[in-house]
Amino acid sequence: MANRTAREIYLGEGSGTGSGSQHLYVNVGPSHPAMHGVIRIVAELDGESVVNADVEIGYLHRAFEKECETGPYNNAIPYTDRLNYVSPLINNFGYASCVEKLLGIDVTERCKYVRVIMSEISRVSDHLTCIGASAMELGAFTVFLYMIKAREYLWELVEDVTGARLTISYARVGGVKADLPDAFGVKVRKAFKETRQVLEEVGKLLTGNRIFMDRMVGVGALSREETIAYAVTGPLLRAAGVSYDVRRAQPYWAYDRVEFEIPTGRNGDNYDRYLVRMAEMEQSMRIVEQALDALPGGPINVDVQGRPMDPASYVDLGKQGKTEGLLLLPITLSPNLAGLERPRHRALNVPDKRVVLPPKENTYGSIEGLMNHFMLIMDGYGIRPPKGEAYFAVEGANGELGFYIVSDGTDRPYRVRCRPPCFPPMAALPRMIEGEMVADIVPTFGSINMIAGELDR
Amino acid sequence: MGLGGFFTGKLDEAIGWARKYSIFQYPFVTACCGMEYMATACSHYDVDRFGAGRPRFSPRQADVLFVVGTISHKLAPVLKRVYDQMCEPKWVVAFGVCTCTGGFYDNYATVMGIDTIIPVDVYIPGCPPRPESVIDGLMKLQEKIAAGAQRY
Amino acid sequence: MDGQAILLRLTSTFGPGIVETHDHHGDHTAVVERSAILEAFRFCRDDPDLRFNVLMDLTAVDYLTYPGREFGLRFEVVYHLYSLPHNHRVRLKVRVEEDDARVPSAVGLWPIANWFEREVWDMFGIRFDGHPDLRRLLMYEEFQGHPLRKDYPVNKRQPLIGPKT
Repeated sequence: MANRTAREIYLGEGSGTGSGSQHLYVNVGPSHPAMHGVIRIVAELDGESVVNADVEIGYLHRAFEKECETGPYNNAIPYTDRLNYVSPLINNFGYASCVEKLLGIDVTERCKYVRVIMSEISRVSDHLTCIGASAMELGAFTVFLYMIKAREYLWELVEDVTGARLTISYARVGGVKADLPDAFGVKVRKAFKETRQVLEEVGKLLTGNRIFMDRMVGVGALSREETIAYAVTGPLLRAAGVSYDVRRAQPYWAYDRVEFEIPTGRNGDNYDRYLVRMAEMEQSMRIVEQALDALPGGPINVDVQGRPMDPASYVDLGKQGKTEGLLLLPITLSPNLAGLERPRHRALNVPDKRVVLPPKENTYGSIEGLMNHFMLIMDGYGIRPPKGEAYFAVEGANGELGFYIVSDGTDRPYRVRCRPPCFPPMAALPRMIEGEMVADIVPTFGSINMIAGELDR
Repeated sequence: MGLGGFFTGKLDEAIGWARKYSIFQYPFVTACCGMEYMATACSHYDVDRFGAGRPRFSPRQADVLFVVGTISHKLAPVLKRVYDQMCEPKWVVAFGVCTCTGGFYDNYATVMGIDTIIPVDVYIPGCPPRPESVIDGLMKLQEKIAAGAQRY
Repeated sequence: MDGQAILLRLTSTFGPGIVETHDHHGDHTAVVERSAILEAFRFCRDDPDLRFNVLMDLTAVDYLTYPGREFGLRFEVVYHLYSLPHNHRVRLKVRVEEDDARVPSAVGLWPIANWFEREVWDMFGIRFDGHPDLRRLLMYEEFQGHPLRKDYPVNKRQPLIGPKT
């Protein structure tokens, strides 16, 4: 064929004779080194710039909402752990608070403070992971190692309180599983000292770093109006200059009694998001320190009168029916059950027999306690909120984390909806990367802090 | 066994020994377990001590496929494809209970254990497994590699 | 603006377009006729006293087995609106029946509705008229049915590869 153009010879038949360039489709993910999490971005490229992008999610859809409908109210708590698995405590408490709203109960003062403390520790570990991972994707591996080191300090605290590092299931409807361990405040301050040191080091490594700034400043920006139109909340919205924070706008738990600032950015680009997260970690630590000082009830010393008994023999006696005098007997519970004994239980959980399991001494020591326990555990009984619906929002690490629960009056939620905080930014991701270079996909995606568990549920 | 057999046997042992300390892993990270995978890989627990510190993000360069986190039916073909692209000899580690059995996600979306799709060498249970148990699983895998036990 | 005042404002503007209102647990809710919903959204977003500029959440509920509502309209599409300037919230709902599960799309007002509506279509099979690209969001194209409907069994699997269970 004589009339073939050079372009057709090289690119094949039908590649067009116009002067316009040919677009190339590049598939990023679902398993990709720079994608911490499973999503797929189909990017339409013109040379090296992204013309169009289509984001495909759902690779980690685990039917959270359907699973919640299959069990009693407290059974959904382990599933909420695995929504945002970097800060599971916030999900836990958000869900529990929504059920409490349905029931119309108010948790105890100490419990509110405990929830604040644990949520903020989670938020710090979430931001640490986000910054560490996204810096690693830009080649700053040291930052990742430092951040994970700091996260280990915080996870040790979490483990001290909940018994697990990650999937903690610490909240209960009407309270929390157990009290803070003794001398927790001392450990927290020690861990925060180390964390602050890491943050300072990382700040020195990244904040003024030429390479880092070149990759982050002005990249992936979303205007203020668009951020709002896409319902983006959390650090991304604050980076665009809107100081919306659920903790301040509609204070819950004890957030109206602690002082903190809401850091905001100006340009809404990746660099501002990084700065907002760095500043937020400091604020979170500040909240924890204030809350620890103000923790009502203080350390509760169990009054030991008479002969203390270990829990196993206590349970045995109870099972044999030898319950006489058992109620008044102090027991020394094993460390992982700390906080389940009566005095601590009273400080943490609401005195509501419809909702909260009785302390273990009562369950094993008295018939009323045992019956109360069974009424909450048996199928078809349990926690039964009145018919109705409620929406409760907390400030998750990525933004507004809302739970919408519909109750039909039985012991199982009729419908549980989680408003995932990183869903809107992911929907806006094509807008953020359109017109940018293909290499900018990576830092932009990293700055969103996509957590597949809560994105796909 | 003749002299030739003796040398091949010794050679296999030497190769097994060398292989077990140069694990190039492909982390197929999907979910919560990835957080513990990160913790294990970083300096605090440091899998580099076991020669497994270098993740390869191309299946063609990797020896061990770490399947970390829940596999949904939507993701199953991707996992199968990644596995098929790996060169022999290859090993698979099921990291976390979701990959072992499906865990408590018994519903329409999830695969009940990746061994319904691809063969598995080492199962590390836990939701998620602690770094200590991951390292234990890794050492079990090393034993298996050193013994030259291969499925094909 | 107080929640009651918001509801009052909506009822006085739309009259019969508002089917019912309630404020259970302090969440002010208005059930809106399907024909009036787009107008109601526009009013909520643009009225200077309301200014609901964020579509915080959009979901649906299947009332197939809800005691007392088995014979009513099956689905309810739920919108949670939030106003950044005024810091108030409202919940709007639209009821649709199974045979005619269609709701006007809100994509023209809030771009985030695009993904939210795709998810609702995926999970409940409710169509959104005027949506530019109503594909499944979370499940794969080969998936039959809509898993969050009450008549979809929780463990009915449709694997793409591997053993058929």
